[in-house]
Amino acid sequence: MVEYVKGIPIMRPYIDQDNQAYWDAVKQHKLVLQHCHACDLYLHPPRPMCPSCNAQDTLEWKPSSGKGQIYSFVNFTTDRMAYPAFKLPYAVVLVELEEGVRLTGNTHQIHPDDIYVGMPVEIMFEDMDDDMTLYRFKKRDG
Amino acid sequence: MELYKEKTAIVGIGVVPFSTDIGRTEWYTACQAVKLAVDDAGLDMKRVDGLVKNVDDGPDQMYVQKGLGMDNLTYTAESHWGTSPMMNAITAVASGSVNYAVYYQTAHRASGPEKSISDFRVAREMREDLLDLIRADFYTPFGLIGQPGYVGMTIRRYMHEFNVTPEQMGWVPVVCSENAARNTEAVFFDKSITIQDYINSKVVVDPIRELDCAPKVDGSIAIIVTTLENAKSLRHPPAIIMAATQGTSSEGQFFTSYMRDTITELPEMQFVADELYRVAGIGAKDVKVAQLDDSFAPLVPMQLEALGFCDRGEGAAFCEGGDRIRNGGQLPLNTAGGALGQGRFDSARIVEAVRQVRGTSANQVKDADMVLSVSGAGGPADGLILRRQ
Repeated sequence: MVEYVKGIPIMRPYIDQDNQAYWDAVKQHKLVLQHCHACDLYLHPPRPMCPSCNAQDTLEWKPSSGKGQIYSFVNFTTDRMAYPAFKLPYAVVLVELEEGVRLTGNTHQIHPDDIYVGMPVEIMFEDMDDDMTLYRFKKRDG
Repeated sequence: MELYKEKTAIVGIGVVPFSTDIGRTEWYTACQAVKLAVDDAGLDMKRVDGLVKNVDDGPDQMYVQKGLGMDNLTYTAESHWGTSPMMNAITAVASGSVNYAVYYQTAHRASGPEKSISDFRVAREMREDLLDLIRADFYTPFGLIGQPGYVGMTIRRYMHEFNVTPEQMGWVPVVCSENAARNTEAVFFDKSITIQDYINSKVVVDPIRELDCAPKVDGSIAIIVTTLENAKSLRHPPAIIMAATQGTSSEGQFFTSYMRDTITELPEMQFVADELYRVAGIGAKDVKVAQLDDSFAPLVPMQLEALGFCDRGEGAAFCEGGDRIRNGGQLPLNTAGGALGQGRFDSARIVEAVRQVRGTSANQVKDADMVLSVSGAGGPADGLILRRQ
């Protein structure tokens, strides 16, 4: 699981018009995914246009179950390569959601050594401060 | 597209010796490299009329022009990725816009900006971080920083899907170190490493080891492109460009194209391979030496697959034991020591390809009449195939 070092700020997501709705939903502890309703195609990371039909007015935000499996992961084990706000070791996982979208994030109450490809996980939210909410992934029953 | 088939050649190369502290400004070594290349070609400086570079690397064309007294520039261009400025140079020459295009790559990445009066490096790195919106959104808040971490995600999945062992991943660094140890210009690896050294190498971001990552280096290289006709009156037999191309693919993201159906292949490199072989009219089996992008060694097996040297998922097994990729093997790789041995410097691969064609490599491969060089594993890619006259 991820633990933070007090006094060192987490890098905030860079929020702009293209991804505002995604992070607004996270703030409300909800996960939404960008979707083109014309192509029935999920898009992630969020973007200004559907790469399949090149429409900009077909993009919508669909609620996600937040459930998926670990698709891959890395463990940060050395301070020279890691972000100093995180206590070592920490893992970053790539989770394939049921919708097929893959999200990067940290884990909750899973030791880096116990992570495996295919582990069933689901999203949970954490208010980091008054105006920043992030998410993590915790184990779920497969 | 046949603009890129057998219209141009590399006729001059200039290499300032690599160093971890080159002790000069980037302006100084940029001028030095271009001068070395122009002299190598046997060309009059005043005849250079095109000057191209990577966007993020050292001094602007104006400085190089000023330093070398080039009065006749009619074409300048910058491209971002890998060795893709070669495409600017080749296009400018093949289209008849210029006669002699120089691609220079100058960057002192090891010693840092404090050693350099012409300080181009700080702006370069800040711009990289600020402009990459995806990194800022979805990676850094979770502590996913740095290229070993980005690449590690792909490599973990690759090793999982194809049952690749860490030991199998070690053979590219081992062979590169052997080549570097025989190349006095390579600044890393005075002596070669063993597979056990690789296994014992520190894990920096699991599954990536220290010996997987090409070190930073100070370097400056220049490469001269001209027409086959112009090449006739110059000093060296030309290294003829049989084919050259860039390659991109959808859902591309530097080292982090995580949204594709599969993340364990390199579609950009696949595109480069298909286009190079089509234009050159050859196949993978005709390539005698390959200079692949070993900025991160575990991405080499995926390149071998994309470039048609082995089947999908077999790249690591292809490298196992090292014999297939050593000089004398089926496909000698990174014969100057690669980025692992020379430091991470993309245009060095083209220089080594030219030397193989000329017959002047420190690890010369017999009958190296067709040589491949590619850049950009895990992002937009580019490449070329050179041949002897």
